[in-house]
Amino acid sequence: MKRCVRAPDTEPVRPRAVHDLEVFLTDTGQLLTTPLHSLHLSLGARMVPFAGYDMPVQYAAGVLKEHLHTRTRAGLFDVSHMGQVIVKADSGAYADAAAALEKLVPVDILGLKEGRQRYGFFTDENGGILDDLMITNRGDHLLVVVNAACKAADLAHMQAHLAGCSVTLLDDRALIALQGPAAETVLATLAPEVAAMKFMDVRDVALAGAACIVSRSGYSGEDGYEVSVPAAKAEKLARALLAHEACEAIGLGARDSLRLEAGLCLYGNDIDTTTSPIEASLDWAIQKARKAGGEREGGFPGADRILGQLANGTERRRVGLKPEGKAPVRAHAKLFADADGAKEIGEVTSGTFGPSVEGPVAMGYVPTAFASAGTQVFAEVRGKYLPVTVAALPFITPTYKR
Amino acid sequence: MLKFTAEHEWLKLEGDVAIVGITQHAADQLGDLVFVELPEVGATFDKNGEAATVESVKAASDVYCPLAGEIVEINDAITADPALVNSDPQGKGWFFKLKLANVADADELLDEAAYKELIG
Repeated sequence: MKRCVRAPDTEPVRPRAVHDLEVFLTDTGQLLTTPLHSLHLSLGARMVPFAGYDMPVQYAAGVLKEHLHTRTRAGLFDVSHMGQVIVKADSGAYADAAAALEKLVPVDILGLKEGRQRYGFFTDENGGILDDLMITNRGDHLLVVVNAACKAADLAHMQAHLAGCSVTLLDDRALIALQGPAAETVLATLAPEVAAMKFMDVRDVALAGAACIVSRSGYSGEDGYEVSVPAAKAEKLARALLAHEACEAIGLGARDSLRLEAGLCLYGNDIDTTTSPIEASLDWAIQKARKAGGEREGGFPGADRILGQLANGTERRRVGLKPEGKAPVRAHAKLFADADGAKEIGEVTSGTFGPSVEGPVAMGYVPTAFASAGTQVFAEVRGKYLPVTVAALPFITPTYKR
Repeated sequence: MLKFTAEHEWLKLEGDVAIVGITQHAADQLGDLVFVELPEVGATFDKNGEAATVESVKAASDVYCPLAGEIVEINDAITADPALVNSDPQGKGWFFKLKLANVADADELLDEAAYKELIG
């Protein structure tokens, strides 16, 4: 589909304004639904196609208020479209599953403790990013959570390359994110033990009569949880959480502005097969064990290029971009070194108005010489070259419970 | 005289000048606006020229010039506080005043009943 933030000619004020979120729109065939679909409809959600699913982009409050509610109280997000995958070694040993997955990701998975999770990415032979994912040590197996749009490809990739392991999609479970400063209070009303969890801890927890897997993590920059729940019990759990006065349902629109303020990448926008993890400023996600001189140096697709970039640097980097004026600078805006638009240097990959920042925020790729915070560049917006300052990410201060 | 377009703009005609804004329906559908860019006074547009831009958190949308004419006044209050467009789209949230190139052009626009039927 056309990636377009301007109104089409036929519809100057777009009654159903679309956004880059719909870049993964599959415009053929039936849309899939999540176990919370009827809940969304009953809450008056505005539904849009996203990654092949009919998903809520916003509820009655609208994106701006939903965003601010999540930063001040607690927001509940349906992220059931994402893929939850079990990787288990035929031997039954965690170490065998971890060693197998390490061949696909530049992440220390053998060193991941039981009940802990870590961010990572599948790389390709060119050092590009096939998808980003969360990886949990579940004792005798791995739980991997991948993006909805990449789910089928990721499954095939793992099934083809994880020798001696079974790879199973948990398509009978929903995934609910609960984010915001009141998330702990809200979830603890159902299970007080979640209050003791730290950022990136993962536990088995009974919630509203359902056997859930709870992680203390998320995609908003706020403290919070992600809850994997059996599909048949998902709506009951969601309604129990929404019954708390601090908790409101939040759509994909606010999910996008929250993650952008938090400096988190959206696969397909900010990272893809044309960006390496080092260009994407994700060096922090590659642990010492997998770097040059580490115990298990390299050994993942594209390791030569990625480790070479770690040693020698890259030509370009993903950076935060703070427009100096009030106009949002959105994805695909071209970046220039000068105010006349003579020297093009890069492109914005995500951009919006940040409700908590109370101004426009963006991220994109610039040559390394322009990547230091404070450097001024210019973004082309409707034929004008607007001044933009390279900024440290994130734009807000995360409140993770470390 | 109040007129409407199928593109969800309203025009209040006073002689050969029309006050122009977006309808309540458009404001509701767009959601909370966070940025408005207005044309400059003195700018001239053809019918359906891109005269203004409104942005929500989610998206940018054009507001077209509903008839040919010249911008004679703009409402700076909505660039300072875009929320005015949401709270009072057909009053304090007006966009600009347009001196019509041809007043008779307004005859082809929708009246309120026709617009209400259009949006259902």
